[in-house]
Amino acid sequence: MHMADALLSPAVGATMWGVAAGTIAYSSMKVKKDLDERKIPLMGVLGAFIFAAQMINFTIPATGSSGHLGGGLLLAILLGPYAAFLTIASVLVVQSLFFADGGILALGCNIFNLGFFPAFIAYPFIYRKIVGREPSKARLTAAAIIAAVVGLQLGAFSVVLETVASGISSLPFSTFVALMQPIHLAIGIVEGVVTAAVVSFVAVARPEIIRGATESVSLGSLPLRNVFLSFLVATLLTGGVVSWFASENPDGLEWAIAKVTGSEEVTGTEDGVHSMLAGLQEKLAFLPDYSFKENAAPAEEGVAYAGEAKADETARLGTSVAGGVGALLTLVLAFFIGFILKRRQQAA
Amino acid sequence: MRSIDGAVLDLKRLDLLATGDSSIHRLDARAKVLTTFVFIVSVVSFNRYEFTALFPFFIYPVVIASLANLPGGYIIRKISMVIPFAFVVGMLNPLFDRALFFHLGPFAVTGGWISCASIIIRTVLTVGAAVILVAVTGFLSVCQALERLGTPRTFTVQLLFLYRYIFVLTEEGARASRARELRSCGRKGLGLASFGSLIGHLLIRTWLRAERIHMAMLARGFTGEFHSRQVSGFGWRELFYVAGWSALFVALRLENGAQWLGGLVTGLLS
Repeated sequence: MHMADALLSPAVGATMWGVAAGTIAYSSMKVKKDLDERKIPLMGVLGAFIFAAQMINFTIPATGSSGHLGGGLLLAILLGPYAAFLTIASVLVVQSLFFADGGILALGCNIFNLGFFPAFIAYPFIYRKIVGREPSKARLTAAAIIAAVVGLQLGAFSVVLETVASGISSLPFSTFVALMQPIHLAIGIVEGVVTAAVVSFVAVARPEIIRGATESVSLGSLPLRNVFLSFLVATLLTGGVVSWFASENPDGLEWAIAKVTGSEEVTGTEDGVHSMLAGLQEKLAFLPDYSFKENAAPAEEGVAYAGEAKADETARLGTSVAGGVGALLTLVLAFFIGFILKRRQQAA
Repeated sequence: MRSIDGAVLDLKRLDLLATGDSSIHRLDARAKVLTTFVFIVSVVSFNRYEFTALFPFFIYPVVIASLANLPGGYIIRKISMVIPFAFVVGMLNPLFDRALFFHLGPFAVTGGWISCASIIIRTVLTVGAAVILVAVTGFLSVCQALERLGTPRTFTVQLLFLYRYIFVLTEEGARASRARELRSCGRKGLGLASFGSLIGHLLIRTWLRAERIHMAMLARGFTGEFHSRQVSGFGWRELFYVAGWSALFVALRLENGAQWLGGLVTGLLS
């Protein structure tokens, strides 16, 4: 469920960064205000524990496949929502930097999808409500499964929304939803069963850990409203600013440049290197727009095109050939420069 | 499945690279974090059918990796581990996007194939940038940079704690997991029952460890934050580094460098 940078548009990525940053700031404030500084090393070590636990697999009965713990809900049960959210976020930061699990720009999305829903929705509104004060084992298992399923369903749906809004993948919304939700239903059930197994083991072996955790939760009367409020403000602010930049016709960056320079593209000075190179290029290239001449286009057989569409395709092919050659060249050039630099580095 | 020990070793290796000493290593971490961010945003801001214009961006990871003397094979291996995932995601595009773009000999190239290729190149570039950032900066410095860029201290302390104990706990987890595997002949006993108590034990030990750590820290006067000697500042070198790379990224974003070069060369050859 970790999203990668490659499928994300800057507008969506930046908006979710804003949302995640806002929630992190708010949660940090809450944890600090709690003044339970015993929680500080506990959060860190439990984050590392989640890391270790995720690497240990178990076999899922009757399927032959193996699964592992996700850990979001478990952290919320042990630490309460704010500390759990910070812990999940920190785990995701390390995963994105060291294991390329989810990208850097996608961090905002991932923190929101995997952190916000279990910590601030599934745990307080589902798990806590079902479990009550003195939970029986069946109750605890049911609560964990339902909470895990809901948390993961919301997260998966959020992944779909973010991906579709970014528009890099051409997967239609309905197909993507039909793919993601059932898969995450299964994952959610497994996650719930595992969480319940771990929690009930600890509740037997060291009851004070679980009891202490359920009592110290301070998600009382209105803090959640504050979370939503700050979250809403952050979304509107960043979303508003970013989409204002990004929604303009060409695209955000070009538009921003147009505003700065007063023209759609950065034009070089009329005389000087730019025009000299442009002149050189026009002389060298047999079609200045990097396209093949139309009559040089390969004749398609069996496919009838309207003249305009054909010309269009030819132009695209021309651009593509030049682009392909250029791409290869730049790659070779880049690695050549790297090679030279490395040689110099080693000589020094 | 990769073994746990292998994963930990991999992590350690990436972390050790950051102890190198080069002009890039010596830069202030903030400059490197900001540049990486500008790079990633520039790369992902292209529309989905952009393919060739992405290639000039390879100049950044290649130059940094060379200047910082990073082992190329290791970096490439690290990036290539992610490519299959990108391919799976990208593979869906040709299925849904069948608008014809152009013919390449007998092959009809559809928009879906172009966007699929674009996704893979994007993945290589963005993942490469992240790996290289850690390899030339190190996690501790990245955290310090984040803090000096405005991240709440509670969160950066959390990151530092997490990072410190990942090594300890993954090794402990690996030992526990290996012990279980050795006792479960073949597949028997790897199910949920043993997993629950295994993880539960690990959790309890973790919890007790956290309490000991807290005691030890209190005894040493911990008040909720780490102190570190400030060793680097954001000077002219950093400014030039960020501004120079950013200018290049914006230029490459606006002008298709590959197209330009290709046009020049195909023009020459004809």
